[in-house]
Amino acid sequence: MSAAAEISGREASRPVLTVKGLTIQVATPEGAKIVVEDLGFTLNHGETLCLAGESGSGKSMTALAIMGLLPKPMARIASGSITLADGTELTGRSERAMRKIRAQRISMIFQEPMSSLNPVMTIGKQLEEVLLEHGMCSRSEAPARALDLLRDVQLTEAEKRLAQYPHELSGGMRQRVMIAIALACNPEILIADEPTTALDVTVQAEVLELIRALQREHGTTVLMITHDMGVVAEMADRVVVMRNGKQEEAAPVRELFAAPKTAYARELLAAVPRIGAAPTRPELERTRHTVDVEDLCVRFPMRGGLLNRVNARLHAVEGVNFRIAPGETLALVGESGCGKSTIGKAMLSLVPYEGSIRIEGQQMAGLSPHALKPIRRNVQMIFQDPGASLDARMTVGKQVAEPLVVHGLASGSELQDRVEWLFRRVGLPADHIDRFPHEFSGGQRQRICIARALALRPKAIVADESVSALDVSVQARVLELLRELQEEEGLAYLFISHDMAVIDQVADRVAVMNLGQIVESGSRDQVLRDPQHAYTRRLLSAVPFPDPTRQRPPVIAREGPVGSPVRPLDDPAPRFPLAEVAPGHWVAGDAA
Amino acid sequence: MWGYLIRRLGESLLILLGISLVTFALLYLVPADPARQIAGRSATAETVANIRAQLGLDQPFYVQYFRYLGNLLYGDLGRSYLQRTEVSELIAARMPATLLLMLAAIVVELIMGLTIGAIAAIRRNSALDHSLMVFSFVTISAPQFVVGILLLYVFAVQLQWFPIGGYGTFSHLVLPAITIGLLGTGWYSRMMRSSMIDVLAQDYVRTARAKGLGRLRILVRHVAPNAILPIIAMIGIDIGLFMSGIVVVESVFGWPGIGQLAWQAIQRVDIPIIMGVTLVSACFIVLGNLLADLVAPLVDPRIKLK
Repeated sequence: MSAAAEISGREASRPVLTVKGLTIQVATPEGAKIVVEDLGFTLNHGETLCLAGESGSGKSMTALAIMGLLPKPMARIASGSITLADGTELTGRSERAMRKIRAQRISMIFQEPMSSLNPVMTIGKQLEEVLLEHGMCSRSEAPARALDLLRDVQLTEAEKRLAQYPHELSGGMRQRVMIAIALACNPEILIADEPTTALDVTVQAEVLELIRALQREHGTTVLMITHDMGVVAEMADRVVVMRNGKQEEAAPVRELFAAPKTAYARELLAAVPRIGAAPTRPELERTRHTVDVEDLCVRFPMRGGLLNRVNARLHAVEGVNFRIAPGETLALVGESGCGKSTIGKAMLSLVPYEGSIRIEGQQMAGLSPHALKPIRRNVQMIFQDPGASLDARMTVGKQVAEPLVVHGLASGSELQDRVEWLFRRVGLPADHIDRFPHEFSGGQRQRICIARALALRPKAIVADESVSALDVSVQARVLELLRELQEEEGLAYLFISHDMAVIDQVADRVAVMNLGQIVESGSRDQVLRDPQHAYTRRLLSAVPFPDPTRQRPPVIAREGPVGSPVRPLDDPAPRFPLAEVAPGHWVAGDAA
Repeated sequence: MWGYLIRRLGESLLILLGISLVTFALLYLVPADPARQIAGRSATAETVANIRAQLGLDQPFYVQYFRYLGNLLYGDLGRSYLQRTEVSELIAARMPATLLLMLAAIVVELIMGLTIGAIAAIRRNSALDHSLMVFSFVTISAPQFVVGILLLYVFAVQLQWFPIGGYGTFSHLVLPAITIGLLGTGWYSRMMRSSMIDVLAQDYVRTARAKGLGRLRILVRHVAPNAILPIIAMIGIDIGLFMSGIVVVESVFGWPGIGQLAWQAIQRVDIPIIMGVTLVSACFIVLGNLLADLVAPLVDPRIKLK
């Protein structure tokens, strides 16, 4: 019996939601545009169906359409039907009628837990509100019910949380609160729209585990929307792959991963980075170093008190050392807030720091802005969000030319030629230079940012989450471009990322950071295949496998409390000295 | 909290000191001669010189200024040149009228401004929105003496709904409060509109809809409290706008407040009164801003006073 037949045999029992011929139109200045076309699927009781696809595939629009939350008046359902198990038709329902469906029968959680909760209302009130609105309990019972709900989603110190405001909670905690709100009225269906995309990988693993546990407990049916094939493999029973608003392929998850039928699904799965799949990188000669960072410390003052004096410091980076040879990629990895991006900023002298940063042997620390300028061109940065790091009102050509103009390196036709050459170099047609950023896709914009970074012929490039915002297929091509450029120009890369699978593909060496310090560093194979530090192991244990046949073991629990990088002035951060456990493989020990 | 308060009060004192210096210097440089004003047109040069010496106006600038500051430490704002009464008494006598007008105007502008702004944001880009924004634009740009006289003509002279001027009953208060309030209405409605539009697009409003809440509840519980946050700081700044308005409006309506007192004093170059009113107004503005900053953390839990 095939996996498909097995699943259909078990689940054929009861469809809870049926979508047929769903077409969604969005009004644009150029006229109506169809973003979802003739989409159909059935959601069976108790299962998890994943709508998978890249940006612009219409997966989020589909979810919003089911909830009746399409942004009005721009988007509307042009045709099709969405029906619940009892035959209730959801399309064309009035807002008032839709309110009875939301939370009671279908709930939704969103991608951004940071902004999805009302910042000026306590967690308790936001939970009680949904209970009272749908008459789940009386006003006097509401606080107790809210507390139960928070305990259900395994939020620590639940009593305290009721009186807290969203900003006092971490991203993972907020997403737990969102789940508690969504499940408050015991809905039949939970729609989760990229619920873990904004979270760290360890937190993602915990939240996914929670959704699975609650699903088992309550028999909730889950419609999960994600771009991450790792999450699909971990969560889905069945998958609908979407592209440009159309269904590309629908199959049980094992079948899809084992034998994708459509070319697009094959491509999509092939582009997914997998830990351990990348070939071994050639050994580099490390005779000299492009980047040499010694005892780097970045501490931000925290002010307070009567005279607003500095009374504590945030130790963002504490005693970090590393070197990068020409043509080498050092990957910095760690959870959000570990200080990895701050190191990138310090390399470009964008934050004040202590310690030494040498680029091509030239000391950057302690220089005046004037003296720094000619050295600065040796390091350039590529940022995470290509949309936000380009000026929307300036042609892309001018933006790529700007560094050359600022440094007085080219003008007139020479400048023009150089910019055109840069555009071709990053794989963009040279006649696009007079266009504006909005005329490009996300991947193309990142290519423009790369062209801008290359303009000054830097020796080192800091790539801060440079491919994280891109779809996997685009991501793979941008990584390919970065690799080519590195080989040709002998660039040293500091590659900052939270994505272990991407790091596995690009890194020669890996440094793992926690609380501002490197806890483990070594070659890619040493750190990712043979992790020694508990923190590295924990991070790796949380990475989802893009393979539904492999069950990921539970995340390794954190050892001890989380710790805080904020310390009083007279309390220096404890340093964890690195010890060499194998040639080139350094692991932090206990505090010195 | 207490540290913050003490630091802010210290800063406020410095600001007031600066204002006193600038105002004093400006008045010192005024080409009109207060001694001549007091003595009258027919007085001899000798009499004028005597009066000047008596008031200490013949002293160098810094002597005059430090003497003024010294007296200020004891709460002494000096005596009016013409009325020979204590400036502090004159101001104290007129303060209740001005405070009443201020309160009434703030109520008018907050109610009208926030309502208009909220309606415009909810009906964004409709004909109603456009007309409300035209209205607010007119109220911002129209000079207050024009608005005041227009209101007087229509509602007091033609319709005779309200008295032409004076002080005492509620109906005396209506027209001056609306005249001042209309300017603020324009500002607040524009701010409220953009703030509401901003908040309506926030993720947590979508969450509220996904919870199945009703439209009114979403507006009242989720949108309005967030939309109002940036406006609270504006109320402090608004007191400055108000203080500049009362000089004209109190004169137009014969409202016996400190604005009218200042108007009369300016005409007679009665420097101690001008100084006194300026300092008192500056105190209001500084305290208003401080109050707005103190209220902010009560409505927005993310703000911490340090």
